[in-house]
Amino acid sequence: MAKSALLKSSIAKKVAMALSGLFLMLFLAQHFFINMTSVFSSDTFNSISHFMGNNPLVQFVIQPILIVGVVFHFIMGFVLDFKNRSARPIAYAKNNGAANSSWASRNMIISGSVILAFLALHFYDFWVPEMVYKYVDVSPLDETRYFHELVAKFESPVRTGLYILSFVLLAVHLNHGFSSSFQSVGFNNKYSKGLKNFGLGFAYVVPFGFIFIALFHHFNH
Amino acid sequence: MAQCQSTFDFRLYDFQTKNMKLTLKIWRQKNAAAEGKIVEYPIDHIEPDMSFLEMLDILNDELIMKGDEPVAFDHDCREGICGMCSLYINGEAHGPDRGVTTCQLHMRMFKDGDTIFIEPFRAKAFPVIKDLVVDRSSFDRIQHAGGFISVNTSGNTIDANTIPINKKDADTAFDSAACIGCGACVASCKNSSAMLFVAAKVSQYALLPQGRIEATDRVLNMVSQMDAEGFGNCTNTGACEVECPKGISLENIARMNREYMSASLKG
Repeated sequence: MAKSALLKSSIAKKVAMALSGLFLMLFLAQHFFINMTSVFSSDTFNSISHFMGNNPLVQFVIQPILIVGVVFHFIMGFVLDFKNRSARPIAYAKNNGAANSSWASRNMIISGSVILAFLALHFYDFWVPEMVYKYVDVSPLDETRYFHELVAKFESPVRTGLYILSFVLLAVHLNHGFSSSFQSVGFNNKYSKGLKNFGLGFAYVVPFGFIFIALFHHFNH
Repeated sequence: MAQCQSTFDFRLYDFQTKNMKLTLKIWRQKNAAAEGKIVEYPIDHIEPDMSFLEMLDILNDELIMKGDEPVAFDHDCREGICGMCSLYINGEAHGPDRGVTTCQLHMRMFKDGDTIFIEPFRAKAFPVIKDLVVDRSSFDRIQHAGGFISVNTSGNTIDANTIPINKKDADTAFDSAACIGCGACVASCKNSSAMLFVAAKVSQYALLPQGRIEATDRVLNMVSQMDAEGFGNCTNTGACEVECPKGISLENIARMNREYMSASLKG
């Protein structure tokens, strides 16, 4: 089979979407564990953040891969959504989608778009200032700045509210996305039910954990 | 197989009601090129034990008596096995019951006074021919692309039973083979994806030794044809599995995905 035909095929796109989603969920899990340390120990959070922000492997290998993964996932999401919508040019006068599928599964593009908007805000809040600090201003290394930067961001009730809204939509997105990713890569067997339950746990624990962290810093500092 | 069960609650049903009065909102379209629209038809004297198609027969009798054009709709065996009947009824393929085709849907699933929307299966790959009749020949072309095994039938055919097949594989292949190609999966999917249909056909053969010989070409060609027909992509909502009258499971799609990726690496 020609490589170009494979890349155009619906199943290859679906598998690529699933693999990028699984990769982003792994990233999300490590981000969650790092952020959670900020609740227990500012020193631990500072030292892990300093490592992540200055380790060459993380900065120049993992970070670009992550950015490519994010960009690929949302571009492919929009491409597939456009194609899927065009596969039904005339809509039903009456459609009872709730009779056979969950709202989360039918509206991944909505939850995904909110998460994308959140990522823009999140990059503006943390990533851009970090890049300016390190590579534009070339400021001196300071291992203790990360915790204060985090806390400062959650002083604003508007920003905290926006973060919470985004995390709720992230929970909705993961609610379908986790088990869907495994189905797409062909994993459907006797372990699927357990995996789905684990996925549901992941879909609620991680986003609501992020909400807890945001509220913790908003009310405690 | 997905569990099939009726959603009808007999305790709520008034068995004395023998005369249902309904309002039908039916998609009418003169031909493939014409614009269509929903037309309202009041109908009376419908018995709960009638099938949905019998109810449409009565409507058509009335329309013919009035000199109007009857509503065109697909049907054939009326036993739930041919896959010819279709219809998107009140927002669901084959209506609100589970595990049945429209011909096996009965009017007791509705209440006296109900308004029922009746529309054709909607998909770019299922263009409307007239009223509620759609062209599902895209499924035929997908089948022609690989939904078969090549067997020498020139007088020296080997009996299939000479090849031992374990019971589990035989049963799973049979579950997949239960697909009647009605297109409810496409109609129900928000993306008009045909993956459940194609996956059932791919699985049916992939699970049996007779089908393994052409397995690589089969999955590549059938998926390629499916994409060329303009069906959407599967996003795993699971709507197809719920609405499938034959309980074809999503396991088939996972199997097709595995088959496809493995075939792509080989091919």
